Amino acid sequence: MSGSKGTVMERGAHDGARASSEARLSVEQVSYAYTPNPSQAPVFTLEATSFQAKAGEIVAVLGPNASGKSTVLRLIAGALEPLSGRILLNGQETHLMEPRIRAQRIAMVQQESQLLFPAKVWEFVLQGRHPHGKSLRFETENDVAILKAALGDVGAHHLMDRLMDQISGGEKQRVILARALAQQPTLLLLDEPTLHLDIGAQVDFLHTLKKLTVTNKYAVVIVTHELNLAGEYADQVVLMQKGKCLRVGTPANVYQRDLLEQVFQTQLTVEQRVNGRPRVSVLEKSE
Amino acid sequence: MQPLTLSKVAVRCGILAAVLFVVVVVALKFGAVPVSLYGLAKDLIGVLIGRTSQISSEYGMIIREIRLPRIALGIFVGASLSVAGTSFQALLRNPLADPYVLGVSYGAAVGSILALVIEPHIAMRPEIAAVFTPLGGFLGATLTISIVYLLGRYRSQLDGKTLLLSGVIAGSFLSAMIMLLITMLPSSSTRGMAVWLMGDLSTPMPLVLGWVLRTGFLVFFTMIYLTASDLNLLLAGEREAMHLGVDVRKVQLVVYLSASALTGLAVSVSGSIGYVGLLVPHVMRMIFGSDYRMLLPAAAFGGAIAVVIADTAARTIAAPSELPVGAITAIAGAPLFIYL
Repeated sequence: MSGSKGTVMERGAHDGARASSEARLSVEQVSYAYTPNPSQAPVFTLEATSFQAKAGEIVAVLGPNASGKSTVLRLIAGALEPLSGRILLNGQETHLMEPRIRAQRIAMVQQESQLLFPAKVWEFVLQGRHPHGKSLRFETENDVAILKAALGDVGAHHLMDRLMDQISGGEKQRVILARALAQQPTLLLLDEPTLHLDIGAQVDFLHTLKKLTVTNKYAVVIVTHELNLAGEYADQVVLMQKGKCLRVGTPANVYQRDLLEQVFQTQLTVEQRVNGRPRVSVLEKSE
Repeated sequence: MQPLTLSKVAVRCGILAAVLFVVVVVALKFGAVPVSLYGLAKDLIGVLIGRTSQISSEYGMIIREIRLPRIALGIFVGASLSVAGTSFQALLRNPLADPYVLGVSYGAAVGSILALVIEPHIAMRPEIAAVFTPLGGFLGATLTISIVYLLGRYRSQLDGKTLLLSGVIAGSFLSAMIMLLITMLPSSSTRGMAVWLMGDLSTPMPLVLGWVLRTGFLVFFTMIYLTASDLNLLLAGEREAMHLGVDVRKVQLVVYLSASALTGLAVSVSGSIGYVGLLVPHVMRMIFGSDYRMLLPAAAFGGAIAVVIADTAARTIAAPSELPVGAITAIAGAPLFIYL
C-alpha cells in the first residue's frame, strides 16, 4: 500500500528520531479513583490492573459501558496519574514524561476530531509532526515525506487535498490513524476507533491496523465494544467490568461463555473456529 | 498540498506592510490642511529608511505632531486588539470570542472612569496627570485579568470553559459598575466617558506612553507568536493537543496573559473600539487560512489597517467635528459580520 516510498516507520529510521528499542508497555498494578469533588467519595474506581503489550502485538480492552476501559487508556496515555502502581513504556513512567517526548512515543487515535475551522487532510496529518520540532516550527521536506508515507500506509493518499469535513466516516478514521502514524510512535492507543463505521469499514480499518502493527512493530492497545473484531484481530484481550480487570489472555482463553454472559448481562454462545479464533453470537432474550 | 513556509509568511507580511503604508499615507493626507500625496509618501519613506528626519516644513508640524502620532496609536491599538481576538478565539475554541469577551475592557473602563473622577480632586504633577487616566485603565485591566484568572481555574489549572464563564461574569458585573458610576456622576463628565466607552483615538498621548505601548506590543506579540504551532493544535481541543505533545496548561497561561495584556494596553489608551478584534481575525482567516503562524501577523497588519481607515473616516466624515472611531467600526462592522 505504501508503494516505493517506504513505510512511515522506514522513513522514521532514516531521520533517526525514532527510539531504537522495541516498544514494551507494562501496566503494573495500576489503580485510579475519579473524584469530581475532593470532599466526596470517588464516583468511579479502577482496581489494580496489570497487563503488558509487546511490539507487533494488539491488545484489546473489552467490557461493558463504565467498566473503566477508557480510564485505562487515558492512564496509559499519561493524561491521568495512577493512584497506585505504574505504567512503564520501555522503562519510563508515561505520566512523568515531558508532553513533547511523550507524543513522540505514544500516539492516540480518538473517535472523532472536532475541528473549529476547516482543514485539509494533509494539514491535519501534518499535525502529527508537531512533537518532533521546536515549539514554533515550519514543516520540512522530511515531514512532508513522512506525511505522504503515513497516508499511503492507511490507503488514503488520494484524500490528501480534500477537506476533513467532506470525507466519509471511514475515510476520516483512516486519516486520524495516519496522523498518529506521522507521530512515529512506538505505542499506538485507539479509543473505539470503529464506533461510527459500517461493518465493512470496521473490518477494513482493523485489517490495515493489524498489518501496520506487524510491519512497523507498534505496540497497540485498542478499546472497543466489538467482541468479534477483537476476537479476530487481537493477540491479547483484557476483560473489564465495573472497574475490575477480570481476565487477561488470548481471545480463545478469555472468551468463555459463562464469563461473557455474566459480564455483558446477556445470553450468548461462543464457538471456537478452525483458525483458533472465537466467535460470539448473542441469543434472543428469554422473558 | 502547499505547506506553509517561513518565506511565504515573510512575503505575505511584506505585502500587508505595503498596504498599511499606503493606507497611512492616504490617512496623513486627509484633514483640515491639504497636503500633497506624493510629497508625503516621499518624505515618509525618507524618515523610515533614516535618510532624513525632516518632513517638508510647510506641513511638517501638522503631520509630525498631530496626524502621525494619532495614526501610530491607531496602528498599535488595531494590531493589539486584532491579535488578542485571534488568540482568544483559539484559547477559548470559540469563533465568537473577541478581546473583550473575558471582561478586560470593562475592567479598564472602570479604572479609567475612576481615574477621571479622582483626577480633579488631587494635586499632581502635569506629567503624571497626562497619563493618569490610561494608568487607571491599565490598573483596572490588570486587576480584572488577575481575578478572572483566579476564578477561571478548575482543579488549580486554567480551564477554557471555566475561564470563559468567569470572564463573562466579571464583564457583566463590571459593566453594571460602569452604569452605576455614570448615573452617579454629574452629567458634564458623562459625555467624555461615553466617547471613551465607545473607543476614541483623539486624546493626545505623551511620548513616553508611545514607547511603553510599542514595547508592550512587541513583547506580548512575540510571546503569543512563539505558541502559534501549539495554538493550531489547541483548536482541535485540549485533549487532542495534549496527545500531540502540546503543554496545554503552559500555552493557555502564556496566551491568556499576553492576549489580556495586549487588550489592557489598547483599551487603556483608546477605550473599547468594537468589532476590530472579532472581525479582522475572520477576514484574515478567509484570505490566509487558519494557520496561526500566518494568521497572527496577518491579523496584526489587518487590525492596524482597519483602525487607521476607521479613524480617518471618524476624523473626516463630519469634519470639522469628530466622531468616536468605535462608532465607525461598529457601524461598518455589524453589517460586514452579517455578510460574512
